[in-house]
Amino acid sequence: MLKVHRDICGYCGCCVSVCSEGALELIDAYLCVEKSCTSCGICAKVCPLGALEVVHEK
Amino acid sequence: MKNNYDVLVIGGGPAGAVAAKTAVEKGLSACIVEKRPAIGAPVRCAEGIGKEALCEFIDPDPCWISAEMTGAGIVAPDGFLMELESKFAGNKVGYILDRKFFDRELVWRAAEAGVDVAVKSRASAPIMENGCVKGAKIECCGTVAKVTASVVIAADGVESKFSRWCGIDTTVPIREIMSSVQYLMADIDINPHITVFYLGNEVAPEGYLWVFPKGERCANVGIGISGKKSGEGHRAKDYLDWFVKKSFPDGKPIEYIAGGVSVCRPLDCTVADGLMIVGDAARVVDPLTGGGIYNGMFTGRLAAEVAAECIGTCDVSKTALMKYDKTWRASKMGKAIERNYHIKEYLIRQPDAKLNEIIHSVSKLNLKDFSTLSLIKEIIRVNPKLMLELGTLAASIR
Repeated sequence: MLKVHRDICGYCGCCVSVCSEGALELIDAYLCVEKSCTSCGICAKVCPLGALEVVHEK
Repeated sequence: MKNNYDVLVIGGGPAGAVAAKTAVEKGLSACIVEKRPAIGAPVRCAEGIGKEALCEFIDPDPCWISAEMTGAGIVAPDGFLMELESKFAGNKVGYILDRKFFDRELVWRAAEAGVDVAVKSRASAPIMENGCVKGAKIECCGTVAKVTASVVIAADGVESKFSRWCGIDTTVPIREIMSSVQYLMADIDINPHITVFYLGNEVAPEGYLWVFPKGERCANVGIGISGKKSGEGHRAKDYLDWFVKKSFPDGKPIEYIAGGVSVCRPLDCTVADGLMIVGDAARVVDPLTGGGIYNGMFTGRLAAEVAAECIGTCDVSKTALMKYDKTWRASKMGKAIERNYHIKEYLIRQPDAKLNEIIHSVSKLNLKDFSTLSLIKEIIRVNPKLMLELGTLAASIR
């Protein structure tokens, strides 16, 4: 699953633009992750600040 | 906010503000909904715009201009500085805006022209009827209002969702998102009237780093790198911090913002039944410079003009609204996007040694009409070989 490190996130929306599933939405200063997220990790790669992390559940 | 308008504009940036103002000037009713609690904040922009481009829409006002530019510099990967100046020394060629006040001014003017404005109001879903966009659900402070409109203009920026909800794929390819960070830095030694761009794969892979003066000792110091080149330990922020540590070790950041800038081609189609898409949401940012203020205002104004015509003839179908799409593509702006896309694609493939060679060949340029096109033309003039290397692209530059 995708983890948002809210202390790092700059709520800029860079991640939203590259999500092919449309699973991210920036609601003011709050990044929302919807159920359609496939944990592909593209957003985590492009984040300019490193606020997103794909956490593999055990 | 009423429950019906001729035009509903999603987003209160420059594109949305100009669209809404144009709509009421054409005799329509219009409303801007802005999801953030304040127009103009937070700004995610390097704030540069050419003089002519700005003046096409609004007369420059010191209230929202931070600094006036008389030239630019490009720093090659090896550190060599190429200076660009207007043929007329001291001539203003561009401005660094104060977007917080600029955006407010545009929305203010729209409001005074008769546009309704709602802040902290988010479009959460389109209202659709038989595949046609008929308005939007607007969430504000825990309530949801249904607002119907003849035409919805999506001006919701790089993080645009509205057109996606209407079935249009707006995904930016990973290699074509500029992952960006910027500090507003105070107390630094700069030339306060020159914008400086740093190129090179070690400085800013497949992007560039900028120093845009905001005052005598203050500047937007920012960077954009390709999403493809971004990753843990080598993100935009890492590159920027390396540069700042080396170049402005005693500078003080007084603002810290992140952002994403699309440098892909525009959306394949920027209209649908009852819907028009403008500005960053339409991906009409200049792919070479990353500049989007002018293109946003240009598409915003044009969309509203076409919306007025179509509402006047009671036909807001995709076919009717296509006039907007076709007109901006055929415009000077549309052609510049296509040309600059090719130039960007060429430049990002060049190794640092080649970039050094190109930049060294022109030590100081006096440009007749200060623009990226005249710069490219000059570079080609002193590097005739480049014409061959550019291949089919060359024809679009002549």
